[in-house]
Amino acid sequence: MKFQENICSLLYNQKLEVQVMEDSNLKTTKSSYVKELLALFLMFLKLGAFTFGGGYAMISLIKENIVEKKKWIDEEEMLEIIGIAESTPGPIAINMATFIGYKRAKVLGSIVSTLGVVLPSLIIIFTISLFFEQFLQNIYVKFAFSGIKIGVGILILNAGIDMIKKVEKKIIPILMLIAIIVFMILMEVLEISFSSIYLILIGGIIGLFVYSLKNIKARDKNDLT
Amino acid sequence: MILLKLFFEFFLIGAFTFGGGYAMIPLIRQVVLEQGWITEELFLDFIAVAESTPGPIAINMATFIGATQAGILGSIIATLGVVLPSFLIILLVASIFIYVLKNKYVKAFLDGIKPVIVGLIISTGLILLFKAIGYQSLTVFNYQPQLLVMLAILLSVYYGHKLLFKRKINSILFILLSASMGITTFMMWEIFA
Repeated sequence: MKFQENICSLLYNQKLEVQVMEDSNLKTTKSSYVKELLALFLMFLKLGAFTFGGGYAMISLIKENIVEKKKWIDEEEMLEIIGIAESTPGPIAINMATFIGYKRAKVLGSIVSTLGVVLPSLIIIFTISLFFEQFLQNIYVKFAFSGIKIGVGILILNAGIDMIKKVEKKIIPILMLIAIIVFMILMEVLEISFSSIYLILIGGIIGLFVYSLKNIKARDKNDLT
Repeated sequence: MILLKLFFEFFLIGAFTFGGGYAMIPLIRQVVLEQGWITEELFLDFIAVAESTPGPIAINMATFIGATQAGILGSIIATLGVVLPSFLIILLVASIFIYVLKNKYVKAFLDGIKPVIVGLIISTGLILLFKAIGYQSLTVFNYQPQLLVMLAILLSVYYGHKLLFKRKINSILFILLSASMGITTFMMWEIFA
């Protein structure tokens, strides 16, 4: 009897202990999950507040902070994410935040990270918008902005010229590039509006067409040989 | 109603721009002018602000245009619209469709899009530059010699830096430089002419 009692109490205690352990495990995973979310939010808040000049500037900050300091992802993963971010629509910063957030803490992580990266812009730009038009009335501000407009034009033009590198050096892509430039300038001169979304879709369809044509040609060659 | 319109237009912009903030400028410009939300003048001024404040250009643009149309709610809605497509797409890619991007047809589609994007950015840059030096329409050119002088100086500073240092000049620095060029050129002109 005594022995049985002992066994029973032993088993019971053990069960209890296991239960306690499970409880505390659950608690620590829960609290570490919340901590993870907070860390993600703060990190992307910082990135959002300190990236000047668009998504490409953010890549260097992500490399420094997330890859080298925090080691949340390694360099290879980072390059993979950049590839994905480039081939999906939307601002690269959002793509990065969503992807890294999901990787670390699933859907909630991606929401929190995206929110973090957006919030600084939202607050800063909304504040600026309140007095932007009055600000522009000032004569010196007007002078400054007539210079800035030229500067921004040069920056955009050059961003485009830099990207020519990424276009395949083949007849069809080069012809498409030239055709788009001529078409857009013509539309502007003739004051006709035409949504560029259609141009993007047409471009994609041409891409598909060229690819299938290549496939057919390759198959024909195979058939002949 | 305006909120719905803002959301819808920025959702479309978010869903169709590949390749980051600069690629978004042509689309946003078109929509904004078509809807008559802000003037081209104000839009151009604001690009400079979006460039010289932190954060993705697309978000800055959406927030600003939303704010001009419907206050704080407008800016939140427009920002949500521009963010949502990439958020949802990346979520799908990260969770299930990681292999979709390796699909040959998807790659072919994206390859076809590339030259279009580059063409759009270059033509937008050219158009904005022409407008900045006084082009208004085929028959109206607002001639101001100061602007041409500035264009010459800024172009040579930009490409001179690129040749000399083998890298691009910091864009915030360049915008600050353009602003001070604007002030000094117009002031000098008033003194000497």
